[in-house]
Amino acid sequence: MAKTVYVDNAATTAMSDTAIAAMTPYLKEVYGNPSSLHTVGQVAKEALDDARTKIAAIIGANPKEIYFTSGGSEADNQAIRSAAYAGLAKGKKHIISTAFEHHAVLHTLKKLEKEGFEVTYLDVHSHGNITAQEVEAAIRPDTALVTVMYANNEVGSVLPIREIGEVCRAKKVVFHTDAVQAVGHIPVNVVEDNIDMMSVSAHKFHGPKGVGFLYCRNGVQLKNLIEGGAQERNRRAGTENIAGVSAMAAALKEAVENLDNNMKKEAALRDRLIAGLKKIPHSKLNGDTVNRLPGNVNMCFEGIEGESLLLLLDAKGICASSGSACTSGSLDPSHVLLSLGLPHEVAHGSLRLSLSEYNTEDEIDYIIAEVPKVVEYLRSISPVWESLEKGEKPHLI
Amino acid sequence: MALYSEKVMDHFTNPRNVGKLDDADGIGEVGNAKCGDIMKIYIKVRDNIIVDVKFNTFGCGSAIASSSMATEMIKGKPISEALELTNKAVAEALDGLPAHKLHCSVLAEEAIRAAIKDYYDKNGIAYDKAQFPDPHDEEEEHAHNDED
Repeated sequence: MAKTVYVDNAATTAMSDTAIAAMTPYLKEVYGNPSSLHTVGQVAKEALDDARTKIAAIIGANPKEIYFTSGGSEADNQAIRSAAYAGLAKGKKHIISTAFEHHAVLHTLKKLEKEGFEVTYLDVHSHGNITAQEVEAAIRPDTALVTVMYANNEVGSVLPIREIGEVCRAKKVVFHTDAVQAVGHIPVNVVEDNIDMMSVSAHKFHGPKGVGFLYCRNGVQLKNLIEGGAQERNRRAGTENIAGVSAMAAALKEAVENLDNNMKKEAALRDRLIAGLKKIPHSKLNGDTVNRLPGNVNMCFEGIEGESLLLLLDAKGICASSGSACTSGSLDPSHVLLSLGLPHEVAHGSLRLSLSEYNTEDEIDYIIAEVPKVVEYLRSISPVWESLEKGEKPHLI
Repeated sequence: MALYSEKVMDHFTNPRNVGKLDDADGIGEVGNAKCGDIMKIYIKVRDNIIVDVKFNTFGCGSAIASSSMATEMIKGKPISEALELTNKAVAEALDGLPAHKLHCSVLAEEAIRAAIKDYYDKNGIAYDKAQFPDPHDEEEEHAHNDED
């Protein structure tokens, strides 16, 4: 394989040198348990406090409002369950969310539905977004929680979080946002954005896997998922992942310090890529075309299937992702693409290319040169494409 | 790639017998675009021998590899032998398929049977109807369940 062009940064990112450098002392010299009273332990505790202070300052929070977790999924589970049960104690059993949330949110909500909660999943329309007015209209006297993602992992839509937060604050409803795809990529401030709870994962911004945090505003109830020691102010038991947390803080600091430049660079690469791929006939860009993550490209190509597209691109060194059924392990294409109203047969032919600031213009041009060849080849052997071209079936895109 | 055996990857990236036969004696198409795979197999028959076979497939890597392998296994064989080809034999010849991809090999078996049935129908050849049950309706066969 000549080269690797990694454009699957919404799945995970390469760790930055800064993050690796921030991590290694805590894997070697500073191995203490922050709960220990001796010097070795206390040095580790200082590192933990330092990371918490740094992260809190970056998102506009107080250090006491940051709870380190194993990642975004744990943070989502804990936030949603906490708000749901706090609501239940007051007789509130209604939750508002969207149809295209991450599975960490959706599957938690499904479990809560089995426990008797009622969930309203807001339609995200063909353009892949919602409005604060739609949230407001869905709020009822018994609404315990609104949980809406900051930015969508598959189609890149950035949601009007500040306005949704404002509505929730006015209606006194707890507002949680899964900001896993947003933090470190676009400006996020929990105070300005009126957020009560927010989930974040380190490996999406060049930090390590297996670590993240939950922001929980002072005064908002938090229950533990994991019982045990008194770590994280009694809200998350387990000896802290000091190396991971320190690397996360360093990675986030670096990402935010370079945010403007990274956003400009990624958006330029994204737009170049979209313009190049749109030239493929019967293709379509999915997700919000205006309010969009700077690094997200998600396209459908009619008449082909996503997994075979991915495998052939992989053979050319291009690492991407798809929402086709065959890549999800189920027979349905991704719930995100279906939530946009895309027909199954179109959703099967999707390709997500998620960029980072590490990508180059040369890499983008390589993708623009290679993808059309693969699409054309797969169409040449596709009976679906044949019947579309013969006019036996109408083109859907 | 660990998802598939080397054999599957070989037949996926260098598929055998890919294409169409303009003068096909029988054509079989099975599958459903909604479910993400459709196979179309063309056969040319002389003296009860499948002298040529081609396929077009819309689907994942294992669907394309299954089509390729299945066509290779029946090319030059008598129809009676082609009718004995099972999805299990196709999957085994590919050194196995992941469990959730086995239906791709089923499609290959069904596409071949459909092409042979089409050949019989077009040529007024009598056959035992029980030998050609309707191909599964993919959509009904695989209920679109939630993951949990």
